[in-house]
Parts: sequence; structure tokens; C-alpha cells
Amino acid sequence: MTELGWWGVPIAVLGGAVRVSTPFLFVSLGECITEKSGRINLGLEGILVMGAMSGYALSYLTGNPWLGVLGAGAAGLVLGLLHGLVCNLPRVNDIAVGIGLMLFGTGLAFFLGKPYVQPKAPTLPAMPLGGWSASPQVQAALEVNPLFLIGIGLAVALSWAFRNTRWGLIVRMVGDSSDAARAMGYAVPRMRTLCTGVGGFLAGVGGSFLSLYYPGSWSEGLSSGQGLMAVALVIFARWNPMHCFYAALLFGGAGAVGPALQSVGITSGYYLFNAAPYVVTLGIMIATCSPRRTLAGAPGELSINR
Amino acid sequence: MASGPSGRLRQSAEALAIPVGALGAAMVVFGLVMAALGRSPLEVYELIYQGAFASAFSWQNTLTRAAPLILTALCVALPAQAGLMVIGGEGALVLGGLAAAVVGHLLGGAPPLGVKLAMALAGMLAGAVWIALAGALRQYRGVNETISSLLLGYIAIAVFNHLVEGPLRDPASLNKPSTTPIGDASMVGTLPGLDVHWGLGFGLVFCLVTYVLVKHTTYGFALRIVGGNARAARLAGLPVGAIVLGACVLGGAAAGLAGMVEVAAVHGSANASLIAGYGYAGILVAFIARQNPLAIVPVAVLVGGISASGGMLQRRLDLPDATVLVLQGIAFMLILASETVYGRLKIFRPERA
Amino acid sequence: MSDPIGRREVLKRLGVAGALGALAPYGPRSAQAADKLVVGVIYVGPRDDYGYNQAQAQAAAAMKKLPGVSVVEQEKVPETTDVQKTMGSMIEQDGATLLFPTSYGYFDPHMLKMAEKYPKVRFAHCGGLWTDGKHPKNTGSYFGYIDECQYLNGIVAGHTSKSKKLGFIAAKPIPQVLRNINAFTLGARSVDSKITTLLVITGDWALPVKEAEAANSLVDQGVDVLTCHVDSPKVVVETAERRGISVCGYHANQSALAPKGYLTGAEWNWVTPYTIHIQDAIAGKPMVNFMRGGLKEGFVRASGYGKAVVEGARKNADTVKAQMLKGEYVIFKGPLRDNTGKTVIASGTAFKQTEPLLEQMNYLTEGVIGKV
Repeated sequence: MTELGWWGVPIAVLGGAVRVSTPFLFVSLGECITEKSGRINLGLEGILVMGAMSGYALSYLTGNPWLGVLGAGAAGLVLGLLHGLVCNLPRVNDIAVGIGLMLFGTGLAFFLGKPYVQPKAPTLPAMPLGGWSASPQVQAALEVNPLFLIGIGLAVALSWAFRNTRWGLIVRMVGDSSDAARAMGYAVPRMRTLCTGVGGFLAGVGGSFLSLYYPGSWSEGLSSGQGLMAVALVIFARWNPMHCFYAALLFGGAGAVGPALQSVGITSGYYLFNAAPYVVTLGIMIATCSPRRTLAGAPGELSINR
Repeated sequence: MASGPSGRLRQSAEALAIPVGALGAAMVVFGLVMAALGRSPLEVYELIYQGAFASAFSWQNTLTRAAPLILTALCVALPAQAGLMVIGGEGALVLGGLAAAVVGHLLGGAPPLGVKLAMALAGMLAGAVWIALAGALRQYRGVNETISSLLLGYIAIAVFNHLVEGPLRDPASLNKPSTTPIGDASMVGTLPGLDVHWGLGFGLVFCLVTYVLVKHTTYGFALRIVGGNARAARLAGLPVGAIVLGACVLGGAAAGLAGMVEVAAVHGSANASLIAGYGYAGILVAFIARQNPLAIVPVAVLVGGISASGGMLQRRLDLPDATVLVLQGIAFMLILASETVYGRLKIFRPERA
Repeated sequence: MSDPIGRREVLKRLGVAGALGALAPYGPRSAQAADKLVVGVIYVGPRDDYGYNQAQAQAAAAMKKLPGVSVVEQEKVPETTDVQKTMGSMIEQDGATLLFPTSYGYFDPHMLKMAEKYPKVRFAHCGGLWTDGKHPKNTGSYFGYIDECQYLNGIVAGHTSKSKKLGFIAAKPIPQVLRNINAFTLGARSVDSKITTLLVITGDWALPVKEAEAANSLVDQGVDVLTCHVDSPKVVVETAERRGISVCGYHANQSALAPKGYLTGAEWNWVTPYTIHIQDAIAGKPMVNFMRGGLKEGFVRASGYGKAVVEGARKNADTVKAQMLKGEYVIFKGPLRDNTGKTVIASGTAFKQTEPLLEQMNYLTEGVIGKV
């Protein structure tokens, strides 16, 4: 391999963005759908971990990692529907239930996942998109997992669908004004439950990326708050699926800065470099928010905006 | 509706009976899970009881675990009165601990009581500033406080680690980088007659004081109006910004004090052990307590008890450590879902004339 | 590793969910028979982490087979009041009289506090620097000179590397870790003095995603042999294998995770100190307060060589290992310079493994790229 030196840093950021962003992308797209319908699910961290565990376990048991991805989605769907159904009960607070679900999902995944920490499950394949480059580093950075591409496709499709399809309009209406939706004859609770279920499905798939591709094994420290952060990114992305994608890329890339700088010899202050994603996100939020208007694109029924 | 002494009594009975009923249901569900795994539910219940509440030792185990959660839950519950959802208590806790450790070290030789007071003040101040920052960003820049407090929490932990393992590291702390110890004289001891540190006492006092503040003072009244409808409060001429910041300052101070207690009553210096997840556990406690400062105490004791019993299940039944997380998860989902029952049970409804 | 919990069993039974279990005899299992020595083992992380905690749990599992010994275990216990209460519970509720709190951070203040409270109980801590006159006699610390195996890792890595760049992923720059980084580098540079070690510090003991990112960054910089000091080397080993480079293991044997690239590894063998402590406790002999050992004493061992290890590397490492097994080899000897050019061990000075100064190491030797 040729010497890269400082060029290693941008390549690592690119590679990091491609490798690390996918779980953030899936979770935030899932949460985006949920929140568009007027409900918030803070429990996606629990669903992410549950997805990571069940995906790995299924891949190990069936020998097919794609079945693992589906299984992870199904586990997420179940937990998402659970959240949706509980929150349909009158007086129940969706934020609180989400926090409860975070604990429940994580606990269940740790409990059931113990037998799968040791075995090695088949992982997802990578697609080499860097073949045009002679540099092995660039080739490695552009080893892309199909889920990443599916995620991008999903982001594009969702932002189109929210604007241009009947289904998208209904979801947005349910999220902006349940009275209007009800007047039009739509069943608001059912719609929201469905959206929460779909959100859970996507978060579960995001979890399977962690255990089946990158870093690519199941352990209890696997997520360490990525699901919670991804939920927060939705607010940052102003409920726009494409922005969710950019935010996920930004977050993944910024996370790679610390290790990359150290590998070229900048080793002091690594805690501060490692905090880069948070500082950058906060900085952008402060710069782009305004005290005078509420967040553009915010669904009117969302409990955190009232 | 529910007026007069008998109405209030009924309400209290309802507020007690519903979560207790949900907890009972959770125990049944958990017992079924255990039975499905081939464990005797009765044995599991017995061990949970033994681990958490059966003896003086287990009670002290439970209360020690509850102590930090009471304070970090206040960091969620107080801003919640003003309608803010702050989830960055962990950051306020570690910075409070760091500030207390630095002050405790600097004032080393001073009279111990003075040092302890100064440490408590420093801890509360650091926590207050951090949470007030999230409140101010919300109030004056329109930045959502949920995400900003989460980000600020991560940033606080990074700064904490950087300082503890860099500029503020005691060179004598070998394999566990820590700040310089505050010294035995400055340590806060245990509650008289108990093996539980003073954090519990501080937490109880903090809960009591803030309960009175929220429910029985003009500020508390204004706070609840702001929490109910900020626009109406502004129209009524209330200084919304100051009121919101006040709630954040109080909440942050509680979490900062929790950090000070960890340093002054447990570790003797600030190190990575302060990042123990108390801040996140506090969020859950606050929501189960429906953001009521007094209700936080029993909920924290419940959480403390369940985690105290976790060891028993691991050691006696060879169950994984996550077993208690499952129990907590089931219990909290059911308690939260049980909110829907309020006002719907006949026995708690006053007879209409 | 063994499966002490029968967790597979747990899953199997989930399938045939029935309330049959409810019929099991009522009442908790009585703590332990009175004539048995009850030993409590406390882990900071999960027991099956392919790393630090697993190495301890393997020894605990072996102890269960000893006659007259019963073992109680608790995992994922944080270094807070939690561990104090866990020690207390094992003593009060299970009747434990010998405890193995296995994480460094348990020592001060937690274990010392409990040792004062329970003077009749023995506390055998892993990694601490027990000091006579400062720490109570019912406490002690055991640790292994794993830098010997790291030095051997370095020799093998030095022979294997073509790019002459090695990578080391470390959790925190503390003496135990620095000693490993330095020993690894010295071993490699004993083969070729042009070799350098690139260092990435992740900042915490278990951060899977960050460790993977660090591994990828190092490979991008041309590193072709990787090793690490984090609690669970699993991610580093697997990432190295995926990127097609070689890797040396740590804590436990990870050869199954990287069949192609695994060279060798530095493993703990905690059975030795555990056995000594347990035998002393049963015999009523005073405990050995300061217990250390390396390859010779059987506290550490090297993993078997992987397929990628060339003959020259094997010979070189075996020769040094033979000397270590006789207790004749000195790793840290003068003249030794740190990577800023300062002399840290003067010419003519040779530090034996037992030298306490080595346990306070605060520098990176020449050839390590990085700063502490």
C-alpha cells in the first residue's frame, strides 16, 4: 500500500461517513415517518439494539444474513406497534412510553442475546464501488453495503412520497392536525400506529447493519446511544428525509475525524476530537434556528413542539 | 368533581392504587416469562424480595442505589414543569462532580464544613450552568432543548474526560486517571446509623423543597402556567424567560449536586466512574413519577430495589444480568400504560349527588 | 469458553413456553453448604466478551471444579457504590469469604472500604498496586507480566510486517497499557529498528464502532499488523481480518475470529493466581498480598502461532520465550529513549519484571508514533 499521510484524513472521513451513517440513516428515517404522523418514539434506541441482536441471531441460526435483516425489521415492527398501540390509549404520554421502551428493548436484547455474543454469524456482503481507483484506501472507503444504498433510495422515495402521494398527504395531515384528519374521515390512531410500526421496522433494520456489517458482530456495547442520537437528528433534519440522509452522513464522517487524526500522529485531545459530531451538530443548530419562528416542517401535533 | 377532603382522599388512593396495580401486573408478566424459561416464579419473587427489601442490609443496598437517581430525576422533572424536556442530566452530573473535586482539592486545608459547602455549591453551580445553557438556547435561539441537552451532555462528558485524563490528572493516579483526591477530611460520610451516604438525605430535602416550591409558591404557580401554555403566560405578562431558566437552574443544580455526592461521598476524586448512567436512569424515574418531585422518591427506591435484587438473581439462579432490565422494562411499560385508567375506575369516582 | 449459565437452554425453553417451571419446588436455593469455601467473582463487563472479563471468567469456571469450593459470580458491575454493595451482598447473603474483584477501578476506594468493614474476608484484586503499610493485610493484588507476551507478539509482528508499520489501538494511556505498547514495539524493533507503531487511543474500554474506525484508519495508513489493548479485542481482530492484514490477539484467544490473519496473542492465565489464593484460604494460611508472575510462573501465555507466521519469526520468538521461561530475559533495559528523545532508562540499568517503576510507566518508547 502506498503512503497516504494527511490524505488519509479526508479518505477516512469519507469512509467513515459511508460505513457509520447507515444505522443513523435508517433510525432517523423511521423516526421521521413516525413523527410526521404526530407521534414521537424515543424508544428507537431499544429497537435498534433489539434489531442488532435478532438480526445477528437469525443470521447465525439460518446462515442467511438477509433473513437476519428481515428478522431484525420484524422485531422492530413488533416493538414499534407495541409503542403505537400503548400510545393510542388516552392520557398516555408517548415520550415517556418511548423511554420505557428504550429500557425494555435494550433489556430484552441483552437478555435474549447472551447466547449469540460468542458465535460467529455470516455477515452482509459489501459492494466494491471503488474499483475505478488505484488506491486500495479509496477502494476500501467505497466498499458499500447494499443497505446504505437502500437507505439513500428510501430517503429520496420518502421525501417524494410525503409531497406527492395520497398516502404521504394523509400521514402529514394526521400529524399536523388530527381534527382535520378526523373530519376527513381518517382513523388517526390507526394511522399513527402504522407509522410507528414502520418506524420500528426501519430502526430494526438499522440495528442489523451494526451487527451484520459494521462493526459486524453482536455485543452489548454495540449501539451505545446511536439510536437516541438518531432520533435527535430528526429534529436537526427538520423532518425532511433528505436532510436525515445528510445529517447521518455528517454525523458518520465527523465521527471518523478523531481516529483518523490519531493515525497520522495527532494524538492529543482525542476526547475533544471524538466529540466533533456533537459539537458540529449543536453548532449548526444554533446557527440555523431562530427564536421567532417554530421549526419549519415540524408536525403540529408533535408533543415536543407544543 | 373531586373536591373536598373525601374527593382528595379518593384521588390520592387512585394515584397510589393504579401504579401499584400496574406493578403487580408486571410482576405477574415477569413471572410468566420466568416460568417459560423453566424458573420458578415464586423463587424469583422471593429472591427479588430478599435482594431488595428483606433485611437491613438489602434496604441499605436499595437506598444507596436510589440516592443518585432522586437527584438526577429532578433534573428532568423541574424543567418539565416549564414544559421543557431535558435529557442531558448526565452531563450536568459529571461537570458538577468535576467542579466539586477541583474546589475540594483547592480548599484542601480549610475547615471541613466550609470545604464541603463550597464543593456542594460548586457542583450545583456547574450543573445549573450546563442545563441553563440548554434552557437559554431554547428560550433565546429557539433550539430544541431535548436535542441540545443531549448533545451538551455528550460534550460535557468529552470535556470531563479530557480534563480528568489530561490537565487535571493527578500523576499519582496510575491506572485509573483521576483528579487529585480531596482528602479524607473533606469526605461526606454516611447518614447516622445507616450505611447509606448523604446523597439520599440531600435528595430527600431537594425533593421536598422543590415540591413545596412548585405546588405552593407564586413562582411555582407561574412555572406551571408557563409549562401549560407559554404564549398565554407571555400575554399575562409573566417573565417567561426568567421562569424557564429558573427551572433549568434548579434541575441542573440537582444533577450537579449528585455529581458532588459521587465525588465527596464515594470516590474521593473525579474520574470516569462518575459516568455511570445515573443521568439517563433519572429520566425514566422522572417520567414514571409523572414529573412530581415527591413521587420521584418512591420510584427511585423501586428502581434501586430492582437493581439491588439483580445481583441475587445472577448469583443464585445464574440468570443473566439483563434479567432485571427486562423486569424494569415490563414494569415501566405497564405503569406508563396504566395512566389511561385514571378517572375510569368506579371505586375512585365520587358519587354524584 | 464454557457456558456457565446454560443460556442456550434458556432459548430452547422459550420455544416450548409452558408454566411447567412454576411447579418447581418453592423457596430459594439455600445459599451454600457451610463447609465449603464460598468465592465471589465480580466482573466489570460481560463474561463472554472475548477479552478481559472472559479471561477472568475462564479461571472462575475452572475454580468451580475444585473440591470444597463454590463460586458465585456477578457481571457488569460498575466501579461505583454498586461494587461495594455487590461485595457486601456476596459476603452477607452468600457467605463468601474470598472475593475476586477483577477490575482495576474496584481497588480504591471500593475494595479498601469493604476490606476495612469485613476484616475476616479476603479480597484478591486484579491489577492493583498493593503496598505494604498502606493497604490492609486482608487485601492483595495479583497481576501478570503480560508485556512478555506482547514482546513476543512484537517479534512475530516485526517479522511479518512488510510495510514496517504496526498499529496499536488502546483504550486509555495508563501505565498497564503503555507498558504493553512499549513491549510490543520493542519486540518488533528487535527484529528491525526501522519499524514504527502507530497508536490510536479510543478513550474508553469498550467502544465497538470507534475501535472499528480506528482499525480502518490505521490500515489506510499502511499498517499491516494490528493489535490492541481494549476490553474486547473482537472488533479489532475481525476488522483486521476483513481488511486482509495480520493481527495479534490480547486477553484471550481470538484465533477463531481471524483464521487467516491471526499471528499469535497475549493471553492471561488467571487459573494460577486464583488457585493459590483459594488454596491459601482453605489452608488458613495468610494471603499473599502482592502476587505477580509472567510466563515462567504461569500467569500469562502466548496463543499458538497462526498459519501466517513465517519460520524465522517462530524461531526468533521461541528462543526469546525459552529465555523468558527461565526468567532470564529483560525487556526494559537501558539505554532506552522515549519517543521525544529523552532517556528513560539509563545505559547499564536493567529493570527486572518485578521493578515497581515499570508499573508506573508514563512514556512511549522510541518508535511509537503518538503522545501521552
